[in-house]
Amino acid sequence: MKKASRQSPFLEKQDIDEGQKTIAFRFNDVSFAYGSVSVFENISFHVHENEFVALVGANGAGKTTLLKLLLGLEKPQKGSVELFPSTSKKREELIGYVPQYMDFDSSFPISVYDVVKMGTVKGLGKKISKEEKAAIDEALVLSEVSNLAHRPYAALSGGQRRRVLVARALASQPKLIVLDEPTVNMDSESEKRLFETLRKLKGQSTILVVTHDSQFVSSLTDVVLCAGEKDEVGGFRSVVKHTTSPKLSEVDLSATGLVRVNHNEIIDDRGCCDHD
Amino acid sequence: MTDILLNAVIASILSAILFGILGSLVSVRRIASLAGAISHAVLGGIGMAVFFSVSGRIPFFTPLAGAFLFAILSALIIFFVSTKSKQREDTVINAVWAIGMSIGVLFMAKTPGYTDPSSYLFGNILLITKMDLLLLAILDLIVLFFAWLFYPQILSSSFDENFARVRGVKTELVFFVLLIIIAISVVLLQTFVGLVMVIAMLTLPSGTASYMAKSLSSMMVFASVFSLLFSLSGLALSWTLDLPSGAVTVVFAGFVFLLFTLFHFISKKRRT
Repeated sequence: MKKASRQSPFLEKQDIDEGQKTIAFRFNDVSFAYGSVSVFENISFHVHENEFVALVGANGAGKTTLLKLLLGLEKPQKGSVELFPSTSKKREELIGYVPQYMDFDSSFPISVYDVVKMGTVKGLGKKISKEEKAAIDEALVLSEVSNLAHRPYAALSGGQRRRVLVARALASQPKLIVLDEPTVNMDSESEKRLFETLRKLKGQSTILVVTHDSQFVSSLTDVVLCAGEKDEVGGFRSVVKHTTSPKLSEVDLSATGLVRVNHNEIIDDRGCCDHD
Repeated sequence: MTDILLNAVIASILSAILFGILGSLVSVRRIASLAGAISHAVLGGIGMAVFFSVSGRIPFFTPLAGAFLFAILSALIIFFVSTKSKQREDTVINAVWAIGMSIGVLFMAKTPGYTDPSSYLFGNILLITKMDLLLLAILDLIVLFFAWLFYPQILSSSFDENFARVRGVKTELVFFVLLIIIAISVVLLQTFVGLVMVIAMLTLPSGTASYMAKSLSSMMVFASVFSLLFSLSGLALSWTLDLPSGAVTVVFAGFVFLLFTLFHFISKKRRT
């Protein structure tokens, strides 16, 4: 609640401060195709630091591809994807990724704690620093799974597992958290707790939530990205950015339930930061 | 006689480490069919080598060299297909499996003085040599070193490959090294338990261990202990009852695994 009151004046000043906002990630004229099947053609958009972004679009609109490009799992054939251009940190130090579906063998012996610890894994090396240990514990608390830490991961419900994967993503204290369809097949209790976690994170990290339901965007959302939408400029296979309404400041954030948010005002990528 | 038995016991200990560590990874990554294809394809290399060396065409082409050649070759094919063209993985794995074996049978049939493929398929722990033991010991050290040094990378890429990749883990390299090590192990272990049995010993001890392990590392330890237990029991049974050691070992291992599975389901049912 405290955060909400700190956040709202920031949002209201949007028109004045735009120019000084830091970029979280930016797609520069990106084209991508699987073989001869084009998914994106010359898309450009960007997201600011600490924004809460919903990525929506129908099945096959390119949400997953966009995610893969952002995560570095696919490379664009044309254009570039920049991540926090103002820092020199590597992609893996910046992103916390929560997958939607995980091909998980239920006989895989691993505890919840070890799954979360995996969030700090590096390309090489096995040492875990004191700071990282503290971050793992903090991530467990933040995702409300610390009481499950010593249970086998396989023994948890689907919703609990998803929250553990959120904790795993948070263990590296990322500047950008990417969640792929976080509420699919989730029980209402876990969903409530997940949104509580996201509410706490809002304003401290940039958050990107991918969802297939364009009507159902949480009240936390600042910006909506629509994949597969026709753009006046880009045309075919584009991504269009919208503002949300009602504005965050008009929504009671203490309510844990979800509010339907409309998104109808299109923001032009070129005009958003310097439209005066 | 006691020398042969001593060799067999040492072989049981050395192979248990490989079966425990590699078997656990094969089990959690669900790549038993990949390991099966590699181990069966090895027969092709052995058959080819037997044919060319016995007929005097290429005298230095030993069965071991032929086995290595086919093991590495099939591992490379499988690696390439699983990483580049996942949807064809099943077909290619089965093709490698069947073609490899067929090549072996064909060459053996045409070898002067006909060699029986079954000795390679089922192995004989009592025929193990000092050289085999030395090679096994070296491979053990390499596998233990890798498993210890790269444990977080191996664990994370086995659990969730995409996440590990996002974290900067070279998951394809981990998979490649694992396949090559499995291929080399299959070749060294085939003299001991035989090609068909290798796959059983890669899955049964780790499968049994999965019922009690709480982490991948403890699964590796339990699987090694079970593997040793199975090999020694198999050895004792084959020695006293005069039966083929490889087959007895696998039947015993399978029996214990099924017992654990049954016990697991009964206790699970009681709880619910």
